[in-house]
Amino acid sequence: MAKKEYSFYPGCSSQKGASASNLQVSVDAMCDALDIQLNEIPDWNCCSASIGYGEGGELPRIALSARNLALSEQHNPGQDLVATCAACWLATREASERLSGSDQLMAETNQALAAAGLNLEPAKPQRVRHMVEVLIEDFGFEALGEKVQKPLEGIKIASYIGCQTNRPFGIDGESFENPVYLDKLVDTLGGDAIPDYEKKVQCCGGALMFSEPEKSQELVKGILEAAHDNGADMIVTPCPLCQMNTEVYQDQINATHGTSFNMPVVYYSQLMSVAYGKSASEAGLDGQIIKAKKLEDIAGK
Amino acid sequence: MSDMSNAVVEKYHNDFLKEVEAHVEEGEWVKMCMQCGVCAGSCPLGPHWAHPPQEIFMMIRAGKREEVLSSDAMWMCTSCYNCIVRCPRGLPITHIMHGLAHYAHRLGLAPEKQPTRVFAKLFWDNITKTGRANELKMGLSLYFKDGFGNGIKEAMKNKALGQAMMKTKRLNPMEILGGHGVKDKSGLHAMLAKAREIEDAKLEQGK
Repeated sequence: MAKKEYSFYPGCSSQKGASASNLQVSVDAMCDALDIQLNEIPDWNCCSASIGYGEGGELPRIALSARNLALSEQHNPGQDLVATCAACWLATREASERLSGSDQLMAETNQALAAAGLNLEPAKPQRVRHMVEVLIEDFGFEALGEKVQKPLEGIKIASYIGCQTNRPFGIDGESFENPVYLDKLVDTLGGDAIPDYEKKVQCCGGALMFSEPEKSQELVKGILEAAHDNGADMIVTPCPLCQMNTEVYQDQINATHGTSFNMPVVYYSQLMSVAYGKSASEAGLDGQIIKAKKLEDIAGK
Repeated sequence: MSDMSNAVVEKYHNDFLKEVEAHVEEGEWVKMCMQCGVCAGSCPLGPHWAHPPQEIFMMIRAGKREEVLSSDAMWMCTSCYNCIVRCPRGLPITHIMHGLAHYAHRLGLAPEKQPTRVFAKLFWDNITKTGRANELKMGLSLYFKDGFGNGIKEAMKNKALGQAMMKTKRLNPMEILGGHGVKDKSGLHAMLAKAREIEDAKLEQGK
């Protein structure tokens, strides 16, 4: 298969020393195995995520995403813009769609962009896609399965999709209430999926984990409890904020609720990297606070 | 901002729905709500809201300006988008909530110490300073939002978490010295200033 190239928007949390740096490590390993070349958008900026609205109004927020779109068009013309972070994908795609739908917004945005020496061409918008769309649509489960060297045998994995990799845009035309692409991916990699994991699209609290920790941790408790009750060895997720919220607060949740969760939470790209024969560190498994022992064992085989 | 608040009240002759339609992001959708309550039943923080979205929409139509804009309800939105995909009439509810929260914040009518309002402001200031999020400073400024004493207490409570993040290289203590950012900061700041200028004009005059 020929090399595939995309314009890449990693986002703040995927940077070195940031909360999802292990996502980026595993995405690099996964892309290496699949012969995907990611061309990082030069000088990209934060999308302002889902909490930027408080201080930033519509136009300043759209301008942030428009700057990334303009830089992407300029430096990686003709390539689809691909994000690995749910919030980055959502904000960028939403901005792109609003801009395509309103000449006035496009004109105002270009006025703001001009102050940074940039411009957006209304005629040919780039497609804004999530990495899992690339995997499912440009490769397909069969092709993804052909690369498996070390099947994830004997690992029971709860697929936690969360909110923003699902709503409002959806992946591959799947249902918002019961998407199954992550279960299919787990099966493809030789693991044991839990298709009736009932909390698969439950909210983890998102950014409100920082401002409303008690309320958000109660939501996460439900997500962990359902995974545990379904016999999961670990949880897999496509979203950096879901990963952090469900992994790193388990001690605090245990202290508050008298539970004893110790549930590893990994990214789909980490499962794929290990199944494709990459080492534990290439798969970013050293970034887990709760070690994914069963995955490390397979990587070490 | 209270002068501006008074000016818009006068302009719309106390018709709050018209004010929302003209000044709030996606506000023109409010009149389309059919009061079914699916949004209320779909909200992850439902039990904690003073008013679910459909109630807020009815209150807007009933002219309850003060109650709506000073409510903490909009600030409980986690941006899960459940309400958007389930609304039978296709109202972009998440965006309307964000728009109302922003409008109340800009008019100075939102609850002062509402934690998500405080965090949203910290977040925006953080990311626009260098163009990229500085997670260390974001965490610290959040801990210390209620003063120094409380900050130390919060930081101690989260000490183990911070250490685990640093050990796994997912939090960098050196970020305190500056951290990540875009190269063209002046361009970014000029762009945001221009966007704000255009938006402020619209905030005063309506869309």
